This record gives sequence, structure tokens and C-alpha cells, in this order.
Amino acid sequence: MPYGPHTASDRERMLAALGLTSVDELFDDIPSAMRASPLDLPPPQPELELAARLDALSRRNRTDLASFLGAGVYRHWSPPAVDQLLLRGEWYTAYTPYQPEVSQGTLQSIYEYESLLAELVDLDVVSASHYDGAAATAEAALMTCRATRRERVLISRGVHPHYRGTVATYFEGGLELQEIPLVADGDAAGTTDLAALERLLADRDRPVAGVIAAQPDFLGLLEPMPRIAELAHAAGALFVAVVEPVSLAVLAPPGAYGADIAAGEGQPLGIAPQYGGPYLGILASTDALVRQIPGRLVGMTTDLDGQRAFVMTMRAREQDIRRDKAASNICTNQALLALAASIYLATIGPHGLRDVAALGASRAADLERALAAAGAPRLHPGPYLNEFAVRVPDAPAVHARLLDRGVLAGLVLADAEPADLSLRDGLLVCATEVTTAAEIDRFAAALATELASVGSGAR
Amino acid sequence: MVPADLRYTSDHEWVRIDGDLATVGITAYAAEQLGDIVFVELPDVGRMLDQFATFGVVESVKAVSDLFAPLGGEVTATNPGLAASPESVNGDPYGDGWMIQLRIADPTQLGELLDAAAYDDLVAAG
Repeated sequence: MPYGPHTASDRERMLAALGLTSVDELFDDIPSAMRASPLDLPPPQPELELAARLDALSRRNRTDLASFLGAGVYRHWSPPAVDQLLLRGEWYTAYTPYQPEVSQGTLQSIYEYESLLAELVDLDVVSASHYDGAAATAEAALMTCRATRRERVLISRGVHPHYRGTVATYFEGGLELQEIPLVADGDAAGTTDLAALERLLADRDRPVAGVIAAQPDFLGLLEPMPRIAELAHAAGALFVAVVEPVSLAVLAPPGAYGADIAAGEGQPLGIAPQYGGPYLGILASTDALVRQIPGRLVGMTTDLDGQRAFVMTMRAREQDIRRDKAASNICTNQALLALAASIYLATIGPHGLRDVAALGASRAADLERALAAAGAPRLHPGPYLNEFAVRVPDAPAVHARLLDRGVLAGLVLADAEPADLSLRDGLLVCATEVTTAAEIDRFAAALATELASVGSGAR
Repeated sequence: MVPADLRYTSDHEWVRIDGDLATVGITAYAAEQLGDIVFVELPDVGRMLDQFATFGVVESVKAVSDLFAPLGGEVTATNPGLAASPESVNGDPYGDGWMIQLRIADPTQLGELLDAAAYDDLVAAG
């Protein structure tokens, strides 16, 4: 099938049919101040020179590091079968299969994605799919406003700061977003402040549409999700759980503690960490909210001959039909990434996923002991799964010097949460099943050396 | 010919007046144009509606349309049968397929609605 860009004469004919003289006239409706200014790009380069330049750039990647960075993106072992199957040409097709008669394979793959994720989150409906966890969380927040006809949403500061930023952007149109603080000290330090939540919910003049909390939270801590759900529901609000999918193999799923909506980042399911994505937004809800959930829903039915068939269902909520009144005009389907998640889950199975989660927790416990012995104790006392914050004097500088020693010592919390002074000396570190004992030893030894030099005043 | 005792909007809603109460649905023509209706989203009882304000959404297998209130007033009832049997909008649009009941706020608004003959002309004109 021939496929190529339009020729100059194609463009002239189309402009003539429209009665226009230039392509720019098509954009007259957009104020000139909002249009992209000319891009400052270098002139074209010969392929050989370009390849050499890209090769030089790629050498700036550090692949020698022992990495303890998580903070929303997690390294996991992906069986080679996942990428091998994913690379098959048959999958490189329209990402939204509007014609069931020619798209049964793609539709079945989406149906299987939805079925697998529904089992994992223990909710009725999963849509396929969204850009990333942040976009899925923002869509979940909008769902609560549509379903309750209320305009105020409470989001815990335990939700990833990027996600909170994305929800705030989506809410700029006039909806109200308020943050629930975290407990400052004591046993529950670093988790959602339930007393503050109760106070925020008690304002009867400004009823709350939804409450959003993350499990585990951004600091790796386990939240009292059943209690947050109870408080939200008692105020007539819906409860959104932001989850990390691998953790659901060992933690209670959102459906078990009364969440109405689950959102999360699907990257840990067979998708390698990549700078800027592409990633996979997971969004799921109870059956009661099925008409509010944006994105594609695929259903199983029978065709005229009584054979099993897959179709897009409840299409009428979507933008090709409802246009400006669609459930969302922002969401997309990350079909290939959803497929990667499906192949990953089907390949390792429920027991494999449990092993991945449990092994990560076990490695993280080893990491906690090693770092404490090196002089970096935990910042919070509460339970965690495979990620936690440690206290390191002069954390940003120590983090930079550890990088020179070949250790990526997690995330500098002062960079991620500059307003939270309790995190000023914090590093957020994580371990997964791919973290080795040797890497943990390397981190602990390098840290002990750095802390000793800080302690002696030497720099 | 549509029922002669009802009033109509140009958006294909009908309204039946009974004292200060008005019962609202969509016409047989609208139901036929939409195709098989699978869901009707209705307002909460007690909600105040302005005349021609959106009061709900009707969803068929091929389209979704807003529903407009022919008259202003407070919603006093919604059809409980539509949740389980939305297809009654297709089967009996002027009876079991009714959608909401309103307490009429301003009877003079009736003057802005079409009578049966005018609505028939509207449909005939396409």
C-alpha cells in the first residue's frame, strides 16, 4: 500500500478546493501568540555524521550505575518472550480498532488487557488505556466530579508530585483541587493526615466529589486505605486509589477496600524505564461508574453465526460521537504498551507476580539494614513495601558524590518536594527483584565512606 | 400524527400537562432516529430546571443526545423503570417511556412550545 506525504501539487489542489491560498490560513483561529514560533533546528546532516552524533550522545547514558531510583518508575525483569512477541509486525496497526470485522486480534488483545487488570485491581471495568499514571489519575479526578456533580476534589500529598501537578492542570478550567497534608511525626509520619481529611470533608458548603490517595504513597509508605475510603464515602464523595500494579500481587487491591476508581502507572508491567515514556495509564472503576470512565472498552459478544467476537462497546461516550461532550477529549489508547502489560502478566502469571513483589520487598529490607548500618536510618517508622526514605545529612551533595562512585542513590526528596522541610535530608530509595546483594553492598560502602568524610569535615 | 394532547419542542421532547405538573419524554420520531436506546441519564428529584435547560442524556447504540426541559420547574419524579428497561423509550415513547415529571414554575412558558400540528410539520420538513 503506497504511503507518503502530500506533494506540493496535492496541497495546492486541496487549498484551491477550500478557497485558501496558504496552509497558515487554516490556523487563523489560533491566536498568533499561542502558535509555535519557528523552531531553531540545525540544517540537515549526512546520515553518517548524524549516526556518529547520535552514537556520541548515547555514550552519555550511564549504564554502569547501581540504581536505587524508583519514585514512580520501576526496573523489573521482563521475560524475553515479552519483547519478542511485542515486536511482531501484526501489532503495528490502528491503535483504536473502530472496525471489528477487520480487527478481531487487536480487540481481543485489549479485552485480555482489561480482563487481566480488572482481576489485579478487583474492580469491574478497566478502560484501555491512558498516557501514563498521571493522566489516568487526572481522568479519575474528573470522573468523580461528573458522577457526583460536585466540583471539589481532595488529593493527598502522598500522591506523586507529578500526578498532583497534572491533576491541577486538568482542573484549571474551574474545578477546585485541595491537598490533604501528611502526618508530620509519630508512627503515621509520611502518610495521609486523617484528621485533616475529616476537617476538609466537613465543609458542607463546598461538598467534595472525590478523595485521592496512593498505595503505597510517594514516600513508599502504606496508607490506611480502608479508613480513607470510609471517610470519603461518609461525606458522599468517591474514593480514588492510585496504585502500583506489581504491589497488588501482595497488597489488598482497590476493590477490596472500597475504592470506586483505581488509577496507576502500568510501566512496571513489562515496560522498560524510558526517559519520558511511552508509558501506560491504568484506569478502572466500579460498574456504577461505567458511563463516566473515558477510554476504549472492549466487550465480548457473539456474531451473526453465533461465534465469539470482540467489539468496542459503549462507544457513544467517546469523542468521535459525543465530540465536546465526550467523557474525555484528552485520553488516548496506549495499545502497544497495554499489550506489553498483558503479555508480561500472562507470561509470569499470578505466582510469578507475587514472587516479583515479595522479592522486591525482601531486597528492600536488606537495603534498609545495610543503609542504617552505614549511617542512613529511615525517615519514617511506618510499614513500606519496596521503597522508603532515608535520612542523609546534606543529601543533595552526597547524592551527587555517590553518582561519581557509580551509585544512583535514589531520588533527592528536597528536589521533588522542596516545600516539605521534613524531607530536606531525605533520599527516596527502592529495591526490586533485579536489585542484587552486591549492588546493596556497593551502595552501603560508598555511603559509609561519604558520611565519614562529611563527619570529619573533609570535602 | 403525534398525540394531539401534548406539546412539543423543536428538540423532539414532548410534555403532558396535568394541573401544575408536567410529564416529559422524547417523541417517537426522536426515538426512531436514535435507534435502540440503551441508557437514559436522569436528574435527581428536587433539581430546579430552567426552560430548555439540559436535564439528562439519552444514549443509543449509535449516538448520545442531551435532553432539554420543555418547561422550567422543579423535578418531582423520574421514571424508575428506565434504569432496567431503557428500551421502553423506543417501544412506548409517550407512555412507559416517560422520563421526568416537573412542577411547572411559569405556565406562560407553554406559549413557547409547539402544538401537535406544528410538530408534525417540523418532522415532515426534516
